[in-house]
Amino acid sequence: MKAHCSSPGETGETGSPHPPGPRSPLHQKHLDLGSGLGRSSSWTCCSSSSQIMGVRKSPLQTIGEEQTQNPYTELLVLKAHHDIVRFLVQLDDYRFASAGDDGIVVVWNAQTGEKLLELNGHTQKITAIITFSSLGSCEEKNQLILTASADRTVIVWDGDTARQVQRISCFQSTVKCLTVLQRLDVWLSGGNDLCVWNRKLDLLCKTSHLSDTGISALVEIPKKCVVAAVGKELIIFRLVAPTGGSLEWDILEVKRLLDHQDNILSLINVNDLSFVTGSHIGELIIWDALDWTMQAYERNFWDPSPQLDTQQEIKLCQKSNDISIHHFTCDEENVFAAVGRGLYVYNLQMKRVIACQKTAHDSNVLHIAKLPNRQLISCSEDGSVRIWELREKQQLAAEPVPTGFFNMWGFGRVNKQASQPVKKQQENATSCSLELIGDLIGHSSSVEMFLYFEDHGLVTCSADHLIILWKNGERESGLRSLRLFQKLEENGDLYLAV
Amino acid sequence: MISAPDVVAFTKEEEYEEEPYNEPALPEEYSVPLFPFASQGANPWSKLSGAKFSRDFILISEFSEQVGPQPLLTIPNDTKVFGTFDLNYFSLRIMSVDYQASFVGHPPGSAYPKLNFVEDSKVVLGDSKEGAFAYVHHLTLYDLEARGFVRPFCMAYISADQHKIMQQFQELSAEFSRASECLKTGNRKAFAGELEKKLKDLDYTRTVLHTETEIQKKANDKGFYSSQAIEKANELASVEKSIIEHQDLLKQIRSYPHRKLKGRDLCPGEMEHIQDQASQASTTSNPDESADTDLYTCRPAYTPKLIKAKSTKCFDKKLKTLEELCDTEYFTQTLAQLSHIEHMFRGDLCYLLTSQIDRALLKQQHITNFLFEDFVEVDDRMVGKQESIPSKPSQDRPPSSSLEECPIPKVLISVGSYKSSVESVLIKMEQELGDEEYKEVEVTELSSVDPQENLDYLDMDMKGSISSGESIEVLGTEKSTSVLSKSDSQASLTVPLSPQVVRSKAVSHRTISEDSIEVLSTCPSEALIPDDFKASYPSAINEEESYPDGNEGAIHFQASISPPELGESEEGSVENTPSQIDSSCCIGKESDGQLVLPSTPAHTHSDEDGVVSSPPQRHRQKDQGFRVDFSMENANPSSRDNSCEGFPAYELDPSHLLASRDISKTSLDNYSDTTSYVSSVASTSSDRIPSAYPAGLSSDRHKKRAGQNALKFIRQYPFAHPAIYSLLSGRTLVVLGEDETIVRKLVTALAIFVPSYGCYAKPVKHWASSPLHIMDFQKWKLIGLQRVASPAGAGTLHALSRYSRYTSILDLDNKTLRCPLYRGTLVPRLADHRTQIKRGSTYYLHVQSMLTQLCSKAFLYTFCHHLHLPTHDKETEELVASRQASFLKLTLGLVNEDVRVVQYLAELLKLHYMQESPGTSHPMLRC
Repeated sequence: MKAHCSSPGETGETGSPHPPGPRSPLHQKHLDLGSGLGRSSSWTCCSSSSQIMGVRKSPLQTIGEEQTQNPYTELLVLKAHHDIVRFLVQLDDYRFASAGDDGIVVVWNAQTGEKLLELNGHTQKITAIITFSSLGSCEEKNQLILTASADRTVIVWDGDTARQVQRISCFQSTVKCLTVLQRLDVWLSGGNDLCVWNRKLDLLCKTSHLSDTGISALVEIPKKCVVAAVGKELIIFRLVAPTGGSLEWDILEVKRLLDHQDNILSLINVNDLSFVTGSHIGELIIWDALDWTMQAYERNFWDPSPQLDTQQEIKLCQKSNDISIHHFTCDEENVFAAVGRGLYVYNLQMKRVIACQKTAHDSNVLHIAKLPNRQLISCSEDGSVRIWELREKQQLAAEPVPTGFFNMWGFGRVNKQASQPVKKQQENATSCSLELIGDLIGHSSSVEMFLYFEDHGLVTCSADHLIILWKNGERESGLRSLRLFQKLEENGDLYLAV
Repeated sequence: MISAPDVVAFTKEEEYEEEPYNEPALPEEYSVPLFPFASQGANPWSKLSGAKFSRDFILISEFSEQVGPQPLLTIPNDTKVFGTFDLNYFSLRIMSVDYQASFVGHPPGSAYPKLNFVEDSKVVLGDSKEGAFAYVHHLTLYDLEARGFVRPFCMAYISADQHKIMQQFQELSAEFSRASECLKTGNRKAFAGELEKKLKDLDYTRTVLHTETEIQKKANDKGFYSSQAIEKANELASVEKSIIEHQDLLKQIRSYPHRKLKGRDLCPGEMEHIQDQASQASTTSNPDESADTDLYTCRPAYTPKLIKAKSTKCFDKKLKTLEELCDTEYFTQTLAQLSHIEHMFRGDLCYLLTSQIDRALLKQQHITNFLFEDFVEVDDRMVGKQESIPSKPSQDRPPSSSLEECPIPKVLISVGSYKSSVESVLIKMEQELGDEEYKEVEVTELSSVDPQENLDYLDMDMKGSISSGESIEVLGTEKSTSVLSKSDSQASLTVPLSPQVVRSKAVSHRTISEDSIEVLSTCPSEALIPDDFKASYPSAINEEESYPDGNEGAIHFQASISPPELGESEEGSVENTPSQIDSSCCIGKESDGQLVLPSTPAHTHSDEDGVVSSPPQRHRQKDQGFRVDFSMENANPSSRDNSCEGFPAYELDPSHLLASRDISKTSLDNYSDTTSYVSSVASTSSDRIPSAYPAGLSSDRHKKRAGQNALKFIRQYPFAHPAIYSLLSGRTLVVLGEDETIVRKLVTALAIFVPSYGCYAKPVKHWASSPLHIMDFQKWKLIGLQRVASPAGAGTLHALSRYSRYTSILDLDNKTLRCPLYRGTLVPRLADHRTQIKRGSTYYLHVQSMLTQLCSKAFLYTFCHHLHLPTHDKETEELVASRQASFLKLTLGLVNEDVRVVQYLAELLKLHYMQESPGTSHPMLRC
């Protein structure tokens, strides 16, 4: 057993025995580089990561089988798709829909894993899916599912009956993103141009041809505006709703933001006042949602990191897609970014990264989400789904590295000079660490996306055509007991002792 | 040295061993007279000793109108079974007690012959002279050519045990009624067909006669009729009358279902036939017409014959056989049913009663019994094996294997309707248990074989088992029993250690790496086992020595073929064994050798006493049983403790065990006695079984072999406990190995520990060669996986290590296991490597009983309301959880990981209970 895990002995030797002692030149270099960049939010929190990385044979943190904090002890494999499953969307408290390259949409029961509906209609892979739940005032209660496909159609489905409500096929290009503006009761489709539709599926207005690459992301921002990511540019459009004067809808380009050096891959709203974008070369920009100015800029995810002591790692890190920002998620305080293979926590107040895990996965992280209980879930191309907990750093003594074994992806990189853990005493009061608390192994191929249900657990979809429903074993057991006694009661078999 | 104990076994035991055991220790009034047939080697429970036949059989006789009572066939159709028993005489006896008045003919006041649908009569008959008792079931079949259209038959279940017949009367009656019903249904069908043919003939005859008469009429217009013409007219009239009679008979036979079968539970197949007939009958409201159409449609090939006026009754004609009387299809079905009956009631009465109670109880446990009870034996491998065994093609006794394997609806029907017919009977049986019945009955069968049969077995064995691996396995049993004496005597001599010390040593040895989840330990050669450990644990010695093949791994089942010297030298190296012990050991091996390789030059000396050696050996072992007892009394608590672990009942309650030392002693006595006896007999008889009863025994054989292999596994691998724990706690166990047969063998053995999801096959995949996928882990809980030394194999291993969180991996080639740590107490009791159980089937039963106990714990845990739901609103989940924990720990007495086993079983129970229809819920993969 010991042979398999990263030897704990090493941890002890390199971590704790000489903590403040010989401050390594590397560390100094790191500091210099950090300040050299001249940014206030220079890269400061590598300590946790470097600590871990420094002592481990493999750069990838692993966790043993006994994941005591991992609640997902039951899983259910759902099979219905014949190709990569790329999208998951929640319909209501217990249902979700999955869609992927096989062009079908499947509606599932998240509690039982039962397949409820299969929506067939697209001839090519699905490129975007969104739900359009009717407002409370609306008499038609049914939930609509909008799907866009590479066959240049958008189909509107009735999520309860699998009926095709309507099919729109007047698109010049593949619709790559869909968004719903609930307040205006319209939805937008973004391809090479941007179209605005109402609930009755009338085309209200559209922009001119924007770009051949098309809109890659689209979010709503205040003041009836939307921001679209088109290549390296961010374009802000304003929707003009019909007023007393004109009955026509209109969409106007308001501003173009050209600050990104490379293609924008991710774009989300942080809160009502700001949104965040991430680019292929690791630029993270936080924008003010009202005046569209840059609030913060961060692009040092990989540059001069202290552990670039071996040639090998430099090579590894120089790959540009290692720093591309694939996905964001955020809460009130932090923006969580999936950068290459790593995870970074960017604090909005401090405007700097407060925690990171440089190699959270073996391959690019594709999707992350923040759970209410300070937990972060990430999924990656390597087929794993990992649960992290954001912990305040209490002391700098080297924490025992979670032992793991069976490092089948181990690079075998022997980092013998053991890169002295970098500790920044002056800032450790605020820095946090991401602790791996669970590793959900199940998929055999890239995990494209996941969906978290408060009550039913986690749903992951993958390129291996499968969907896995991860359940909290304890809770499920309790629920089963509950149902058992309900059934006993129904059958009249329940005798309660007086 | 080799032959000495053999000789001793023939003689009195005092000569053999005077010191520790004195025969006349018992007062005269307590002494039991020697079993009169002991010299023949029969067991004292055999009631058959006085009878002329070796075991129960079924006889079908007929009261032939030509030759009188005559036996037709027996089931099993083996002359060895009934031996010198006079079948003719007994046929006369049983036919003579038929009191039913089966009157067919012209009843007064009726113009036409009337068929009497008589009820079967059921009689119990005893013949003390023959030592035979019989349940006799009389029935009449219809035959158009027979006198009065009837042929009286009877089926008799003949047994030497009167009580068996009397106490199983209801069951026998129900079963035989089914067989009879089957025969009669077929007979009615055949009779109706015959009548139709006859009608067709008559019709044709009438037409011919008519035309002849017309021609004659035309020929002479003189106004008067020639005598010839009158004769023709008469003939025509009689034909007309005959037609009407036959039509009436046909109507009667066809109306039977409506009159008789109303309200009777019939199997769907028969029902179909009946409905078929009924619909036929209904369409034949106009008999003439429809008879024609019927004939033309159904039997177009039949060409009507001219019937001579006087041809109907002639005695020189050969009577129809039973098969002709009934439809062939029905006849084979009946034979299947009869051999089913024969299987069902095979064995000792007490065993039958026990198994009936067993089944009845099992049925009551419908909530938990799906977990470990195997209702359906779905083992493709076994089936395949059975097929490969050349079964004796016998026309009269259809090989039940083929009947069970072939998807003939008929057979299924017979099982299905079995239930319905039994339902009215006192002790209900489950239809699903049909299979199991065979097996369980089989077990007794082993213990009730009589000596002469035993010899037959030996004969057959010599023929059959040379190439079969099974016989070799059996050797293990024999050997182990033969070594019993040695180990025990030694244990009584060398008891320097207190049991506690030994135990702790054993534990520390067995859990090699306690620091981690992974128990990665190589299978220890015996050198790893401390000598004192061996010495004070008799069965530990046993384990090493009785399975010389075991030392090299479960794998070498061929080991027993190797000359016995090897085993001896091994023993010698292990410990300095006294020569007496060696010799006794050799005997065991010799007898094995004699069984397996009767012509091996190395064993020629044992060939001489080959045939006879078995019974005396048994005798000797019985004595050893006493000796075990004795050594126990010599204050060797550890050894007693161990030896008692063979008995689940005592083992469960140690206090009880200590308190009632005498009881345990006697039971041990019995135990060792029976084991030693049975093992020697069973080993031979069980090998004989496949050839004789291919399928009926397959499941029993399967159990036995699984038990035997499981036993070997437990004795051989120190990590057997965590492996079994993995299975019980729902963690998929992957058995990785290069050799398919070895992997399959182990998987089959371990499958007995795998809880099922529902009433279908266990989630066990015996052999997989492609890389495993997450779906496999969800579906299967025990997988045999091929190790491939190629890039593809690397992929397989990669997948395995990837899913290591859900699996335990047992590497057979390297003898390693990777699995969670186990520190409970449940599995050690379930799978004690020091167990004194020697036989696979015994061990299987032991496992079953332990698992049943476990199930009841899981049941309690699952269905205790307050454990899972808060008793009042304010109660927190933590409180409920702690209540659960304390219940598991204190009330159910579960330690450490045992809790997880019960929790897993509880989840399965919940899922099963909530399943509306089986198969709807998905199996969960638990981490």
